[in-house]
Amino acid sequence: MQFALLIYESPEAFAARKSDGTDPYTGAWRAYHKALVESGVFVGGDPLEPPETGTTIRIKEGKRGVQDGPYADTKEQLGGFTILELPSLDAALEWAARCPAASSGAVEVRRLAPQTKHRVAG
Amino acid sequence: MSGSDEEKVHRTIERVARESYGRLVAYLSVHTHDLAAAEDALSEALLKALTAWPPDGLPQSPEAWLLTAARRSVIDAVRHQRVVSASEPTLQLLQENTMETKVSTEFPDERLKLLFVCAHPAIDPAMHTPLMLQTVLGLDAARIAGVFLISPKTMGQRLVRAKTKIRDGGIQFEIPEPSDLPERLDAVLDAIYAAFGIGWDDLIGIDGRGRELAEEAIWLARVLLQLMPNKAEVSGLLALMLHCEARRPARRGRDGRYVPLSEQDPNLWSLPLIEEAERHLEEASKHGRPGRFQLEAAIQSVHAERGRSGQIAWTAIVEFYEQLNRISPTLGRTTGYAAALAEANRAEQALAVLDAIDADAVSAYQPYWAVRAHLLQSLGKGREARQAYDRAIGLAEDHAVRDFLLQKQAHL
Repeated sequence: MQFALLIYESPEAFAARKSDGTDPYTGAWRAYHKALVESGVFVGGDPLEPPETGTTIRIKEGKRGVQDGPYADTKEQLGGFTILELPSLDAALEWAARCPAASSGAVEVRRLAPQTKHRVAG
Repeated sequence: MSGSDEEKVHRTIERVARESYGRLVAYLSVHTHDLAAAEDALSEALLKALTAWPPDGLPQSPEAWLLTAARRSVIDAVRHQRVVSASEPTLQLLQENTMETKVSTEFPDERLKLLFVCAHPAIDPAMHTPLMLQTVLGLDAARIAGVFLISPKTMGQRLVRAKTKIRDGGIQFEIPEPSDLPERLDAVLDAIYAAFGIGWDDLIGIDGRGRELAEEAIWLARVLLQLMPNKAEVSGLLALMLHCEARRPARRGRDGRYVPLSEQDPNLWSLPLIEEAERHLEEASKHGRPGRFQLEAAIQSVHAERGRSGQIAWTAIVEFYEQLNRISPTLGRTTGYAAALAEANRAEQALAVLDAIDADAVSAYQPYWAVRAHLLQSLGKGREARQAYDRAIGLAEDHAVRDFLLQKQAHL
């Protein structure tokens, strides 16, 4: 079964993206990604541009509302996602705990919903 | 009642809950086999104590008070359910006990039976430790879930399932027959050690989840030793855990940096804990029956000796690991053996030991990669060391360990 790790990162973690790539956080991510790939559990995933670059849109009573920035106003923000192929939620939690963002932000584990996808996409 | 008296009552309730929880659950469930009912009844009794004790003052024997209250709750619950046919024996049994005019402050300690039930072969081995933590120590499912990195809902369900099996599956609350005892005791010791955290000290990986539970595991081992004073491996397990616990203050630098065992400042180790560990190890050795935990404790004892001699007798450690691997090789022990060989200037042999381990088994086993990286580095195999470091960093859960390994990799 497939799980999504939703990576919530702290402002410091987003700031590390501007470094020259030798900082511990970036190094940890490089090694984590490699471990996922070499263990054969990595399906896909990508980082997202920082939250302040987001634009959120809502249509209420026919009126368009557009807001600069992310949907949720929280300290940790969605910074990316990873899809993993694993036998169980327990295994997914093991990998989530190893994610560098788990030490400074949070990692939410959600199972993909293939049946819902099937209803929508046929 | 003044504020300080009330505080005293709360502290007493906390203390009694901690010290007597397992004793009370064990006593309440030993005949009914119904752990869930015993726990519910005890929680209710503790709640009642919170309201009854402050105005009345502390009862003479808080434990006996809780037992009486809990017993009433069990009877009420059974009556309420009205599942007469199924519960009749339970009801009768508890009634008989309650009929006693006076609750004795001395009631039999049934915790040993409870420990054996928790680690019963019919129960999924993965649930042995969680069951012990809940029924003997009173930890709630959410906290146990965090320790084992399992969703709290799932952990709750698994605990309920295990208790149902104990209640309905004919699992006896008894001390095993002498013929079964060694194997059954092994399961109990394994479960206690699992609570302590696997591979706590001999390798580079530190398990934050284990640290959280170290004190509880030591407490369980002390209870077990009190109940089974003549089992060498029980003393061995306690010695092992005390040795590791003694080093807790030395495991992190002032800035939170990870400090590997061989670089720890022995002045930061707890001498009383080391001395206590040595006493238990010596006691165990008198039986002349070396076992897994005694050997693991002996390895830690050699490390502790550095505090006095300034040196580590790696050859002795290698020998202890060889004995261990003859008894029961595990991934952790084989990895530890390789690490010791490397330190004893037998790096080529160490690498051969690591290479012989099945690749699939170590694919996600962090300590293996940390040891392998260190070893390859010392053999001057820079490119391979870099790759092994990558894997060790990628699999690390503790950010202090991660940073430590990143630094070592950078110095390649």
